Amino acid sequence: MSETAQLDQWQKITTLEEIPILGARVIRAKVGDVAIFRNSENEVFAILDQCPHKGGPLSQGIVHGKTVTCPLHSWNIYLASGCAVAPDEGCTKSFEVKVESGVVWLNREELQRTHG
Amino acid sequence: MRKQKLVMIGNGMAGVRTIEELLKLDSELYDITIFGAEPHPNYNRILLSPVLAGEQTLEQIVLNDLDWYKSNGVNLHLGKTITKIDRQERTVTANDGTVESYDRLLLATGSLPFILPVPGNDLPGVIAYRDIKDTNEMIDVATRYKNAVVIGGGLLGLEAANGLALRGMKVTVVHLAEWLMERQLDQTAAELLQKSLEEKGLNFLLKTSTEALISNAEGDRVGHIRFKGGLEIPADLVVMAAGIKPNTSLAESAGLHCQRGIVVNDTLQTFDPRVYAVGECASHRGTAYGLVAPLFEQAKVCANHLAEHGIGRYEGSVTSTKLKVTGVDLFSAGNFMGGEGTEEITLADPIGGVYKKLVLKDDRLVGACMFGDTADSTWYFKLMRDEQSVAEIRDTLMFGESNIGDVGHQGHNKAGGMTDADEVCGCNGVTKGTIVKAIREQGLFTLDEVKKCTKASSSCGSCTGLVEQVLMNVLGTDYSATPRKKSICGCSDLSHEEIRQAIRTGHLISQEQVRNELSWRTPNGCATCRPALNYYLISTWPHEARDDPQSRFINERAHANIQKDGTYSVVPRMFGGLTTPAELRRIADVAEKYKVPTVKVTGGQRIDLLGIKKDDLPAVWKELNMPSGHAYGKSIRTVKTCVGDEHCRFGTQSSMKMGVELERMLFGMYSPHKVKLAVSGCPRNCAEAGIKDVGIIGVESGWELYIGGNGGIKTEVAEFLCKVKTDEEVREYSGAFLQLYREEAWYLDRTVHYLARVGMEYIKQKVVDDAESRKTLYERLLFDLKDAPDPWKDFERAGVDVRQFKTIPIVEVGNV
Repeated sequence: MSETAQLDQWQKITTLEEIPILGARVIRAKVGDVAIFRNSENEVFAILDQCPHKGGPLSQGIVHGKTVTCPLHSWNIYLASGCAVAPDEGCTKSFEVKVESGVVWLNREELQRTHG
Repeated sequence: MRKQKLVMIGNGMAGVRTIEELLKLDSELYDITIFGAEPHPNYNRILLSPVLAGEQTLEQIVLNDLDWYKSNGVNLHLGKTITKIDRQERTVTANDGTVESYDRLLLATGSLPFILPVPGNDLPGVIAYRDIKDTNEMIDVATRYKNAVVIGGGLLGLEAANGLALRGMKVTVVHLAEWLMERQLDQTAAELLQKSLEEKGLNFLLKTSTEALISNAEGDRVGHIRFKGGLEIPADLVVMAAGIKPNTSLAESAGLHCQRGIVVNDTLQTFDPRVYAVGECASHRGTAYGLVAPLFEQAKVCANHLAEHGIGRYEGSVTSTKLKVTGVDLFSAGNFMGGEGTEEITLADPIGGVYKKLVLKDDRLVGACMFGDTADSTWYFKLMRDEQSVAEIRDTLMFGESNIGDVGHQGHNKAGGMTDADEVCGCNGVTKGTIVKAIREQGLFTLDEVKKCTKASSSCGSCTGLVEQVLMNVLGTDYSATPRKKSICGCSDLSHEEIRQAIRTGHLISQEQVRNELSWRTPNGCATCRPALNYYLISTWPHEARDDPQSRFINERAHANIQKDGTYSVVPRMFGGLTTPAELRRIADVAEKYKVPTVKVTGGQRIDLLGIKKDDLPAVWKELNMPSGHAYGKSIRTVKTCVGDEHCRFGTQSSMKMGVELERMLFGMYSPHKVKLAVSGCPRNCAEAGIKDVGIIGVESGWELYIGGNGGIKTEVAEFLCKVKTDEEVREYSGAFLQLYREEAWYLDRTVHYLARVGMEYIKQKVVDDAESRKTLYERLLFDLKDAPDPWKDFERAGVDVRQFKTIPIVEVGNV
């Protein structure tokens, strides 16, 4: 992929270093607040910062394995899919994300869609 | 590498639960094959009684449908009985000729009904009460015939009799012993039970043994039953419920050691190391259990060993009994008959239909038998399993405790008296009906399962006792009480106590160390164990173990309280509830500048600013220029004070000064749960010290100290600890008690829970009687709190990650 094509499709967000391990950062996008998580394996995930239960800010939850626990009512949400761990049900939007040489990119188009 | 082959004989509750536990631990280790003699997938045998009584349908009681077997890759053979085990070749053979080889074999063959050896016991219409087939036959017979006789007045017999009576049959229960359920009840309770069942229309013949079953005039089915002594009564249906025996014939024919059950060790292994046995067929330390709770404990241990984890032993169970007959409240557990070396406390109200008997031995509750009022049965059962000393509560033991909070469930304390529409859990709006439905339809057995599926008792927990009662009422005997040793969470089998000890004795100072040394199942724990581990580490090794902000709940990470809309509230500290005009002016300025929507006076004598955006927190703190109030933490909250002798005409002591000193001393103290203090200047107690973790009341001659009070979910009045003279003594005694709590309580236990667990005598001994112990506790507290950083000012030392307060802006390409 050429440098320009990459820039067109992907939006540079931040660096891996700027996200705490087992923590999250929030970006304010057109689509709404997006939470970017980093787990202990240095995997990065991006989901809408809204719990499917009552809209709690997932970015503020405790991150473990590949899940986060919502700070409001302790639902567990899979970071990759944005969906609740059973027996709870519901999904929040998940976003494409990639990390290259320590830089975190999100899909530009996804960020600019209006939340619906 | 070829997968190992696991074959299970028997497709019942204990066996399938073992497979479920095994799949949870390791779903890749085995190719699993199950043989079941019945044509049905695993169903909830316990609920056959409600099916017979017409309260539920057969479809509703299936626990694992065929899809479950399929999606877990389990090879299922239904309707096939294994007739032979070849332990040399390691194969099993079924009655249709199917042969399967195994690396490990799990026997879960259950039990067989005991059929009386009397003439006519093979006539049509003579059945046992064990499975779906029997239940269907009883339902069918009830539509066509009138007279039923149930042989056996035990648990199963009475449930069968009740079901048949509800289906319109005239039922007589024949029982050999002097009273009903003699293995679970004493005579007094049994007579009350009999009376209440007679009122439901059942007939009883006690001390009666059966001589023969006689066919009807047509000669096609049973028609009469004759007893010793010659009495003969009509019987179109005879149900044999005189007991069960472990089904061991297959194991015996394979040469496995059996003695009233297939003999297993504490890992559920038989004498052949490749063969395991669980459930009603297994005999463990001489006991074959017939109730589901112990069988599920066995399942857990057995699965652990099958998964080659090799930890955990089954050491036997204390069992309890509860009859599943709607409208009959009955409970028994342990050694309810008493005997040598035991003492009994009884309460009998025969007219009111209430009877309670508690059996004590060496200050411990060892048995209980109750009829009519069983609201406290879960509590008694817990006291028995925990082997907790009841010496201190002996005089009120009979009146129960019921671990039910005071609020949130319409004042109910008995689940039996609630309608389906009544709310059990006031936090999550869960009604009794919802819980009952979930237990029945989703096959739940434990409190944890109910919490997970319905959310009842998963928030404040004040209705836990009620939920346990609902479970017990629905499942009867088979209610699976919380195991004696409660593990911290799903990540480990270890208890809080074991983890605390391992951290202390192993000098563990990081979570990675703890999880490695103690074989955690998850790479970085979960939202339940991480905060607990973090607290245990920093409280055990202060200034050595490093605090991990990512293991703290958001409030302690952001140093403010998250609100439902994601904004935060800020409560600056006012030592002892005292403030100044300058502070109030700054608070007012901040509230205006940051457009704080709500300003509220708190219960802890300070001011709460609600609705602040996370990004504004550092600026708000800076402009307030007041210390953090830690209103967000499992930590010291406030020291509430009254005016005291500085102004009040009744005051005997300087309560404000004392309060300020205590609050300054305890600044920055993290603890298992929040800690609140109060200091009153006289016994009028305007600071409400009676409901605080540490309450201090001034009297003319000094100070009285009270501990373990709580004004929350369940109002608890603080208990008197001691009386001291000087201010320094107040600090030392209070500090020593709080340090003891900090070092020994389990995470999220308030002082009241800790006090209930260890007892007042223990605390007095450590804090009051033993001066040396008190001094070292106090010194350790002061050492821990030395130079405690203010998280609102000293971000670096308090470990506050300031990146969290900055939202990342989207910067368009070109500006990067």
